[in-house]
Amino acid sequence: MEVLGHLIDGFGIAMQPLNLGLIIFGCALGLFIGAMPGLGSVNGVAILLPMTFLVPPASAIIFLAAIYYGAMYGGAISSIMLGIPGASTAVATTFDGRPLALQGLADRALVAAATASFVGGTISVILFTIFAPPLANVALAFGAPEEFALMMLAFATFVGLGGDDVPKTFFSIFIGLVLSAVGLDIVSGEPRLIFGGISGFMHGINFLVLAIGIYGIGEMLWTIESSRGKLDVSQANVSVRRIIRCLKDLKGTVKAMTMGSFLGYFVGILPAAGATPGSLMAYGVAKSMSKDPRSFGKGNVEGVVAPEAANNAASTGSMLPMLTLGIPGSPTTAILLGGMVIWGLEPGPRLFVNNQEFVWALIASLYAANLFSVLINVAFIPLFVWVLRLPFTILVPIIFILCVVGGYAPTQDMHDVWLMFGFGVVGYLMRKLDYPMAPAVLAIVLGPLAETSMRQSLLMSHGEFGIFFSRAISGPIMIVAIVLFLLPVLKMVKDKIRKPARGTAA
Amino acid sequence: MRRAELVMAVVLAAFSGYLMWKSAELPIGWIPKRGPGPGAFPFWLGAGMLACCAWIILRWLRGGGPQASSDEPYMDRHALNQFLLGAGSLGVMIGLIHVIGVYGAVPLFLIFYMRVLGGHTWLKTGLMAILTPVATFLFFEIALQITLPKGYTEPMFYPIYDLIY
Repeated sequence: MEVLGHLIDGFGIAMQPLNLGLIIFGCALGLFIGAMPGLGSVNGVAILLPMTFLVPPASAIIFLAAIYYGAMYGGAISSIMLGIPGASTAVATTFDGRPLALQGLADRALVAAATASFVGGTISVILFTIFAPPLANVALAFGAPEEFALMMLAFATFVGLGGDDVPKTFFSIFIGLVLSAVGLDIVSGEPRLIFGGISGFMHGINFLVLAIGIYGIGEMLWTIESSRGKLDVSQANVSVRRIIRCLKDLKGTVKAMTMGSFLGYFVGILPAAGATPGSLMAYGVAKSMSKDPRSFGKGNVEGVVAPEAANNAASTGSMLPMLTLGIPGSPTTAILLGGMVIWGLEPGPRLFVNNQEFVWALIASLYAANLFSVLINVAFIPLFVWVLRLPFTILVPIIFILCVVGGYAPTQDMHDVWLMFGFGVVGYLMRKLDYPMAPAVLAIVLGPLAETSMRQSLLMSHGEFGIFFSRAISGPIMIVAIVLFLLPVLKMVKDKIRKPARGTAA
Repeated sequence: MRRAELVMAVVLAAFSGYLMWKSAELPIGWIPKRGPGPGAFPFWLGAGMLACCAWIILRWLRGGGPQASSDEPYMDRHALNQFLLGAGSLGVMIGLIHVIGVYGAVPLFLIFYMRVLGGHTWLKTGLMAILTPVATFLFFEIALQITLPKGYTEPMFYPIYDLIY
């Protein structure tokens, strides 16, 4: 019951005119960003974070969360209409959404995607409201060793479950952490890694410089290259009568929607896993649950509904560890977490105690953002289809300009703009060789926190690393983290054993 | 792809080594009562990066990894052109900000990108080239009170400053 009271207070804040306006604007903007091929929630949040300095911190994060939500809805639009996922989180939506559009049933797919997103969002935000307070309570007992162990777990999930090349994932984590160490040392105050005393490095490397470089500039360079040739936009006939008929058709997909929501939520909680694998898994499970698995991939509405419910649920799921433990569950929440630090909010379990109002306003705003996203999405389908026709030669320069001024704004130093440009170019070149970038962004946000908690722990134990393993909570977490780190190695060994066996069989 | 994989790993390995060397200028060992020295964290991370690069290079030498066996070009002509135009024009714009400021560089960049690369009409291009800097000015300088760099065009803004401050 206490939760309900907090939630009502939260709604009181979220419904203030400024916040409500920002939620609606954020949802609409997020839908646009999500609908543009190549741009997803992480790009939108990274590029637009500097713009939120205009409003108070609580409103800023409510706005960014609304963008996050809207973008999760919008991703489906380009998946269905273009066959190109609006973001990696909407890849699974193309499998059946695109065939439906090619059969002239684009409206059916779009309405199904929006409805499923709404169901996924609603179920997950309710689960979030139930789970967050007790989890935060447990986490209040955490000390430095536990915090460090949790961060190790976050990095370990990237290695164990991320599915990317193992040495390259490790490299990405290390380089993110090193970049976060640039500047004045937090304990001794000595400058380090300032590369010959360049003054711009003294204030450290703001995580936004890396995030905008990679998700703004790098992403655009990537999009320009991969979007060669003309885009083929499907037509969608939309009218109220058709939408109602489409909604009636969705009755048979309730099971797939619910399954996708729960699966997505719990996958989303895991750091590194997030919405992309969540939606792919939901697609797979929906296919095996379905009475008619053969029609999957040829335009089965269940194949649209399950991944869309899952990716929205996962985006809420990834907020849970971010708000309660201070460990982001996805690159987007990593950037939100970094934003909270800029706004002077201390992330971690104490947030629920020290900034109770803020937390509940954010949770309430998720309910509202979910509702507005579905309304705006369904009402303005033709507008979003028009966005898809926007040529890259207009979109790209505008995003570049937003990146440059946005990269300049936080520190007001041209040094950071150049650095961001460098990160964008190098990030693009590395991405072409399959170096994953998300771990680096997570690492630069968590780096200062990880270093502080490690050094504090080592001070507590007089330099004994055993402290991470001997404590009741951090011990098991560290062991899970180590298992996850070793998972790819175990897999490699297993493959080696299997290969010769296959050789003799042949 | 094959060559690019090796070149990238070697370059990153050199960078890792450089980072370790720079970190080692600070104490990297244990300082009594203060814990690990300030250089320790970056030093060992640099070592980790170096180890990853060594792993990638060794794997390449043994012919493993998806990139080492790929015959696809790292960048074909089209990709290289797009990359040089995109990154190059952006780099030139950032450089120009130092000289003619944001409000000089942004319209030039838009004109180049939309008219020359995009082939849009002069009307569209001109509209964007005027509206974008105006919107930027209203948002950053007036709403956020963040002064964007203006280079040599600074004096042109004195009358506007008089109006708003």
